[in-house]
Amino acid sequence: MDFITFLITVAKALAVVAVLMSFCAYAVLAERKVSAWIQGRVGPNRTTLPVIGSIPVIGPILTRLGMFQPMADGLKFLFKEDVTPAHVNRVFYVLAPVLALVPALVTVTVVPFGQYVSAAGEVVPLVLADLDIGILFVLAVSSLGVYGIILAGWASNSKYPFLGGIRGSAQMISYELAMGLSLLPVFMWVNAPGSDAALNLTAVVQGQQGWWLILWQPLSAFIFLVALFAETNRLPFDMPEAETELVGGFHTEYSSFKFGLFFVAEYAHIVIGSAVFTVLFLGGWHPFPGVPLQMEGLLGAIVSIGIFTSKVAALVFFFIWVRWTLPRFRYDQVMTLGWKVLLPLAIANLVFYALVIAAYDTLN
Amino acid sequence: MALVIQRKPLSWLEKTYLPQILGGLKITLKHLFAPKVTLQYPEERPVIPENYRGVPTLVKDPNGREKCVSCQLCEFVCPPKAIRIWPGEIPENTETSHVEKAPDDFEIDMLRCIYCGLCQEVCPEEAIFLQDTFSVTGYTRDEFKFRKEKLYELGGTLPDRHYKWDKKKEAARRGNAH
Repeated sequence: MDFITFLITVAKALAVVAVLMSFCAYAVLAERKVSAWIQGRVGPNRTTLPVIGSIPVIGPILTRLGMFQPMADGLKFLFKEDVTPAHVNRVFYVLAPVLALVPALVTVTVVPFGQYVSAAGEVVPLVLADLDIGILFVLAVSSLGVYGIILAGWASNSKYPFLGGIRGSAQMISYELAMGLSLLPVFMWVNAPGSDAALNLTAVVQGQQGWWLILWQPLSAFIFLVALFAETNRLPFDMPEAETELVGGFHTEYSSFKFGLFFVAEYAHIVIGSAVFTVLFLGGWHPFPGVPLQMEGLLGAIVSIGIFTSKVAALVFFFIWVRWTLPRFRYDQVMTLGWKVLLPLAIANLVFYALVIAAYDTLN
Repeated sequence: MALVIQRKPLSWLEKTYLPQILGGLKITLKHLFAPKVTLQYPEERPVIPENYRGVPTLVKDPNGREKCVSCQLCEFVCPPKAIRIWPGEIPENTETSHVEKAPDDFEIDMLRCIYCGLCQEVCPEEAIFLQDTFSVTGYTRDEFKFRKEKLYELGGTLPDRHYKWDKKKEAARRGNAH
C-alpha cells in the first residue's frame, strides 16, 4: 500500500470516528432532553456559544434545544479534578476506561453505513473494512467491551464496583449466547443457495431490498434487541451500574475524564448496537420495506447515509425511551430471563427457521 | 388480625412482561408531548399568594406618610430579636406633625428574621407587612441588615382603611380630643 492510499484510509477512519463521537455526544443530549420531556421538564436550554448563540432566530432556537450542551459537558469532564483513590490497582484502573471505549470504536469499522452506485451500475458499499466475517467480528470485538467493566470493578478494589463487575460479566455471558443464536437464522436466510454472502454485513443489507428481515423474522429481531439492551447495559438491564443499588456500580471510583470515557463508551455501544440492528433487521439504507434505494452517484450515497443515520437515530431514541419507561429488573430476574427464557427461545427460533428454510429449499 | 391479600397468579401474557412494557411506553410517549411544568425561574416568577409571608417590609399610606410611629412593639415581640428601632421626633409645623412619632432609623437583621409574622400581627399602625419578596441575597453580613430606606423601598405603598391620624387631627380641630 503506498503512502497516499494509507493517508486516505486514515482520513476515512478519522472521519467515521469523528461522526461516531459527535453522535455519542448528541445521544447524551438526547438522553437528557427526552428524559426531561418524559418527566414534564424542559431539559438543558441555557448553554450558549458567544457568536453562534447570538444569530437572531437560529441562535435562541439552538440554545433552547441545548445544542451547545455537549461541548460544556465535555469540557466539564476534561477539567474536573481527577481523583485516583489510593487503594486501586493503578495499571488496570487506568486501562479499564480505555478498554470500555476502544471495542466500540473498533466495531464501527465493519458496519456498512451507505452505498455508492457508480454510473456503470456497480454497487460500492460505504464501509471502512468490508470483511467477509463481518458479524463475527462485531460480536467478538463488542463483547470485549465487558472487559472494561470487569477490570474497572476489580481494579477499583472497593465493594460496589466489584459487585458491578461481577454482575456485568454474568450478564454478558448469559445474553451473548441468546444474541449469537438469534443471529444464526438471519445468516441462514441470507445465505440462500447460490449466494456468497457468508457473514458479510453488506450482503445482509442487499438481501433486504424486498421486505426487511424484521418482517420475515420478528422473533429473531426481538431476541436480538433484548440481548442488545443487556449487552449495552441499558435499563432495564443496567445491572453493572444500578446506581440505586450499587452507588454507581463499576464506575463508582472513577472521576473526571476516566468517568467521561465510560460515559461515552456506553453511548458508543448504543449507537453501534443500533447501527448493527439497522443493518441486520431494518434494511440498512433502503428507505421502506419493499422499496430499495436506487439512486446513483454522490447524491445517492448521501441519501443512503442519511436514511441509515436517521434509522440509527430512531433506534437510539427507542433505547432512551425504554430507559425512562421501565424500572430495573432484579439481578435474579435478569439471569432467569437470559438463561430460562431467551436462550431456549433463541434455540427454538433457530430450529424453526432451519426447518422452514430447509423445506423451502427442497420444495423449490 | 393481619390482612392477607390474595394475589392473582399472572397470566401467561403478563409473565412475558410485554403488554405492560407497551402500556408503559404509551404512557411515557404521551408525557413526551404533554405541556411542560417547568417554570423558567429568573425570567418567569411564581404567582405569590395574597397571604404569603415573605420579607418583612415597612409601608407608607396612600398619602406618602410613613406609617410606623416607632412604638417598638414589633421590636419587643420579635422572637429572634431581629428588629431594632431608633425612635425620633417629628419636627413641628410639617404636614405630619400631628402624628405621634417616626423612626429615625429602623433595622431588620434578615439573618436573624424567622419570617414568623408576629411583627405584622402586633403592629397597631398596620405599618409592617410580610410581603411577596422571597429571595434575599448578599455577599456580606452587613448587606443582610435592612435599614429604613431599604425597608420602605421593599414595602412601597399599601391601601389604608383607617387614616387614623387624619381622623384624629380632624377630631381635634373640631374640639373633640378623641
